[in-house]
Amino acid sequence: MQITLNVWRQAGPRALGRFERYTAKDVSPHMSFLEMLDVVNEELIEAGKDPIAFEHDCREGICGSCGMVINGVPHGPKPAITVCQLHMRSFNDGDEVWIEPWRAKAFPVIRDLVIDRSALDRIIEAGGYISVRSGSAPDANAIAVPKSIADTSMDAAACIGCGACVAACPNASAMLFTAAKVAHLSKLPQGQPERQQRVLNMVEQMESESFGYCTNHGACQTACPKEISIDFIAYLNRELLTATLLG
Amino acid sequence: MGRILRLYRSSVGKKAVMGVTGLLLFGFVVVHLAGNLKVYLGPASFNSYAEFLREVGAPVFGHSEILWIGRSVLLVALVLHVAAAIQLWLMARAARPVNYRRPVHLEDTYASRTMRWGGAIIFAFVLYHLMHLTWGNAHPAFVPGDPYHNLVRGFQSLGASAAYIVAMIVVGFHIYHGVWSSLQTLGVNQENHERWRRLSAFIAAAIVIGNISIPVAVLTGIVQ
Repeated sequence: MQITLNVWRQAGPRALGRFERYTAKDVSPHMSFLEMLDVVNEELIEAGKDPIAFEHDCREGICGSCGMVINGVPHGPKPAITVCQLHMRSFNDGDEVWIEPWRAKAFPVIRDLVIDRSALDRIIEAGGYISVRSGSAPDANAIAVPKSIADTSMDAAACIGCGACVAACPNASAMLFTAAKVAHLSKLPQGQPERQQRVLNMVEQMESESFGYCTNHGACQTACPKEISIDFIAYLNRELLTATLLG
Repeated sequence: MGRILRLYRSSVGKKAVMGVTGLLLFGFVVVHLAGNLKVYLGPASFNSYAEFLREVGAPVFGHSEILWIGRSVLLVALVLHVAAAIQLWLMARAARPVNYRRPVHLEDTYASRTMRWGGAIIFAFVLYHLMHLTWGNAHPAFVPGDPYHNLVRGFQSLGASAAYIVAMIVVGFHIYHGVWSSLQTLGVNQENHERWRRLSAFIAAAIVIGNISIPVAVLTGIVQ
């Protein structure tokens, strides 16, 4: 396969960026999208040029590092996967592909396709701690958790913090991310002692990070590689309203 | 009060204000339609309903007092709804200074994308509607105190009827996204937002059909 790439190149946070055109030749349909970029980068290095900077770590869809907008869609055209799990068989020979970084004021570009996602880390930090009994190891299953609640909490905890929700949102809102992080603790008995303070602090941090707001478009849940539902956004709204007005 | 102000500072709080005021305005649209459908019962029924709106609450309340309380609540709701919308829109605009080369609409609907412009069009339409059938200065033959005549005579103009029909379609899209969205924003929906979405679509369609039926009935001579 031969693929024409238009890649966003930007030397630094303050530098002006632009698209540059590359041709990926002899692409195997079994390659992952990142492996295809690796090959392009090797050629760039051999030619004495700067390789395309992109983030990656586990390459098995669970770390949340890799993330780029491919033809306008975060993580590319296939649902429920990250870029590392996207294979070149999802494209056709001769395709032209446009690759951009996540676009949000809260995610400044560090270089090319690498963006700074620390804003998401600060939201998690604002969530603080949960109170647990320390000392000897507690019995497993000493705290009974109903199956449906455990499942819902796990659905929220599936969030890998990749930021695709922010990238996909027409308003660059981080509501789905924050909602998932609030819900996975607040649903569980272990999350109850700090439940109200946690949602207040996390939303306050989110508000201070130049994200947009939620207009319930639902683009975030479509882009989410872990298929986290916007039902959690409704849950976050209820948690915040309850904590502010009744807490 | 402090808590409400603290809440309003956050985007979630502003959205809650939009949700509550939006539902209030939606409630008005429903009652307004229920009242207007009395046009099918003839001039006496329609005009006496209009008179009832002025006399409601008597003898505890005087002439038009309840009506003005209602109008005041709606006006405050409208101001808050628009103010929050503008503040949030500015926030969203600042949140993505560099846009994508060609943004893809992933799940957003026509209705959800046109909430801002749709809202502005509805605002302009409401002004026209008041000038047309309440104040009468945009009406060709306005008779104060005879709303049935004003309605029938007003809708006999094809241009006016067309404006109403188009505006009602815009209102329908706004209500479709607005109703389920406000339930989402107020945290009423806990699971399965799709169910609320379908209910919203049904309600919006019913309101559009009910409202559009009136100018159509006048133009076709069913209501004279």
